[in-house]
Amino acid sequence: MAQQNQSEIRYLTPPSVDVKKKKYCRFKKSGIRYIDYKDPEFLKKFLNEQGKILPRRITGTSLKFQRRIAQAVKRARHLALLPYVTDMMK
Amino acid sequence: MSMNQYETVFILTPVLSDVQMKEAVEKFKALLVEEGAEIINEENWGLKKLAYPIQKKSTGFYQLIEFNAEPSVIEKLEINFRRDERIIRFLTFRMDKYAAEYAAKRRSVKSTKKEEN
Repeated sequence: MAQQNQSEIRYLTPPSVDVKKKKYCRFKKSGIRYIDYKDPEFLKKFLNEQGKILPRRITGTSLKFQRRIAQAVKRARHLALLPYVTDMMK
Repeated sequence: MSMNQYETVFILTPVLSDVQMKEAVEKFKALLVEEGAEIINEENWGLKKLAYPIQKKSTGFYQLIEFNAEPSVIEKLEINFRRDERIIRFLTFRMDKYAAEYAAKRRSVKSTKKEEN
């Protein structure tokens, strides 16, 4: 009986649901050491729909790997594996 | 003698026939060998769609070559890339240790795949 009562607790003000998820660097986490420019599908994860490189504050990438992403994306663009400018890439 | 490991990718114009394309690739391989470079790996990615038009072409033959060479070779290679009108785009860079590690892994994966087939 007591348990049933507990499950029926209603909050007057709903508890805040936006528990901040800690951002992390996916390269450090998964141990990737080299970012391949030859894989445009992978690099697209770090681009917005206009083909611009997403900032670190959004992807959570560490500075070291952000630099390598930038390098890889620029190489891929030069070789026409990725567009320089586009719309609706995703 | 200081050898570095380099990787070069170039795009050939799609107007070439398969034979002509292979001929062009052979020319650059021969040039590298002549300059004392040691070819480690090569990959032909075939005719691929370009992400944006280059010289009004929307496709191109991609070719990758990995090699060990002295730095002076690169200059000669790139001069030849610029002079050859079959080449519409090229990229050459020195591989750092991570790139070399990754490339070695990629090669081993490729060779095991070949054995399976």
